[in-house]
Amino acid sequence: MVVIMTDKIIIENLSLQYSDGAESLRGISMGIPQNAVTVLFGPAGGGKSTLLRCLNRLNDLTDIKTSSGRILIDGENILDPKTDVIALRRKVGMVFARPVPLPMSIRENITYGLELAGEKNRIKLDEAVERSLKLAAIWDEVKDRLNDPAVALSGGQQQRVCLARVLALQPEIILLDEPTSGLDPISTGKVEAALQELKKNYTIILVPHSIQQAARTADHAAFFLQGELIEYDEGKTMFTTPKQKKTEDYIMGRFG
Amino acid sequence: MEKSLNWREFVVTRAIKASGYSAIVFVLLIFVFLMREGLPALSEVDAGNLFSLRWYPIEDLFGILPLITGSLIVTFGAALIAVPFGIGTAIYISEIAPRWMREILKPLVELLGGLPSVVLGFLGILIVSPNLRILLDLPTGLTAFTGSLLLGGIAVPTVVSVAEDALDSVPRAYREGAWALGATKWQTIWRVTLPAAKSGVLTAIMLGVGRAIGETMTVMMVTGNAPVLATSLGSLFSPVRTMTATIAAEMGEVANGSVHYHTLFLIGIILFLISLTVNVIASSVVFRAKKRAERILS
Repeated sequence: MVVIMTDKIIIENLSLQYSDGAESLRGISMGIPQNAVTVLFGPAGGGKSTLLRCLNRLNDLTDIKTSSGRILIDGENILDPKTDVIALRRKVGMVFARPVPLPMSIRENITYGLELAGEKNRIKLDEAVERSLKLAAIWDEVKDRLNDPAVALSGGQQQRVCLARVLALQPEIILLDEPTSGLDPISTGKVEAALQELKKNYTIILVPHSIQQAARTADHAAFFLQGELIEYDEGKTMFTTPKQKKTEDYIMGRFG
Repeated sequence: MEKSLNWREFVVTRAIKASGYSAIVFVLLIFVFLMREGLPALSEVDAGNLFSLRWYPIEDLFGILPLITGSLIVTFGAALIAVPFGIGTAIYISEIAPRWMREILKPLVELLGGLPSVVLGFLGILIVSPNLRILLDLPTGLTAFTGSLLLGGIAVPTVVSVAEDALDSVPRAYREGAWALGATKWQTIWRVTLPAAKSGVLTAIMLGVGRAIGETMTVMMVTGNAPVLATSLGSLFSPVRTMTATIAAEMGEVANGSVHYHTLFLIGIILFLISLTVNVIASSVVFRAKKRAERILS
């Protein structure tokens, strides 16, 4: 396979099967470009989340029967057993479908990751809190109550705090697994706008919760069906003139 | 047909209701009985005698302080052992052990919880105390510490199974959130999973302590039963006598209605109050946690 230099992540022939046989990936190969939003979409059970969770090795902690293939980030195979998983997860941040603020205050939610990484300087931590909350478009809403428990926020606010928590670590790649599935349209709009801003500096991989969101946000889009990558193209092309029949059927709402 | 169904319905619901209420009735009856038999001791034995340092009923010396301190020091020692060990085991089972290990350990711990305490006491007399005597170079191996060791063993299964349930019910998403931030397994356990399961873990500790304080058979067999006031932690290594052991040992031989008899019931009241306090604290912790959760969810 030819390595294209602008691709931040290169996935080579990745296959994976869970022990309970629930969901799997079959021979996925794709390159994910830097500074763009790449959308992974398709019906449930297609392997989108599984692929995301391979990228930060969160799948290590689940029961996996078999896996093969390589994932190169900046040219290094992160599936290598010698990879420093902790460092990898700092470089590849993740936001989940259900916002899960940790059982701490808003401020601590942001600083927790940094403290784990060894940052103790209070001024730097405070700067990081403000910077990342601003990036996640929630600073104005929470700046006066940073010491309140994060679980007391609304769902939309929690999700943006979770995004800020990831941003505080200054990762290079951000994975988002249906980050707006539980949010109202206004919060969703805020998160999507934040992503468009963030992609200037980050590589973003998003599993959207609807085709409409996929079409709105995608620079590049990949259509997954039952563990296989059916089609991978630029977002505009994909959602106007898909090449594969299956993709077209799904986008037109004929199944799924 | 219709009518007989209604009738059956009526009987069944009433029967269930009655058995529900009976729990309250029984507790009340026990309480009344304890009070009736125990409170007279307060007027029969004067306060100076009651709070003296000698328990020697044959000579009408009814100092209950050595018994209370005996119970407390044994329970304290047991908690020192059971809490870290029990919570550690719970963390191992819930967070670290692979699935097959968990499936062996959980039933084993529960089996341990069902072990008759007299069996443990037996092991204590035959194995723990002689070895302890040699190991620590003590005049006797029947000490508060021996009791603490065994009581700790009795309380561990309680602590483990309640704490493990609490840890297990922490949503997986919490852990994944922390892992995704680059937290190690231990950092996740310490900063995220344990705080999230705090109320359940506290309940586990309380129930374990409650279990230890009420335990009778084992302590009677291994603590030496000498009613000596425990004044410091050093008393851990000398014989003591607990409240429960006193009641169990003497109740069979006491004259019904005598001063001694009433005093034994007074000790029962004190025990009852202690375990009531522990339970109230435990449930108020849980209650507070629940209220907080409700406030957040609304």
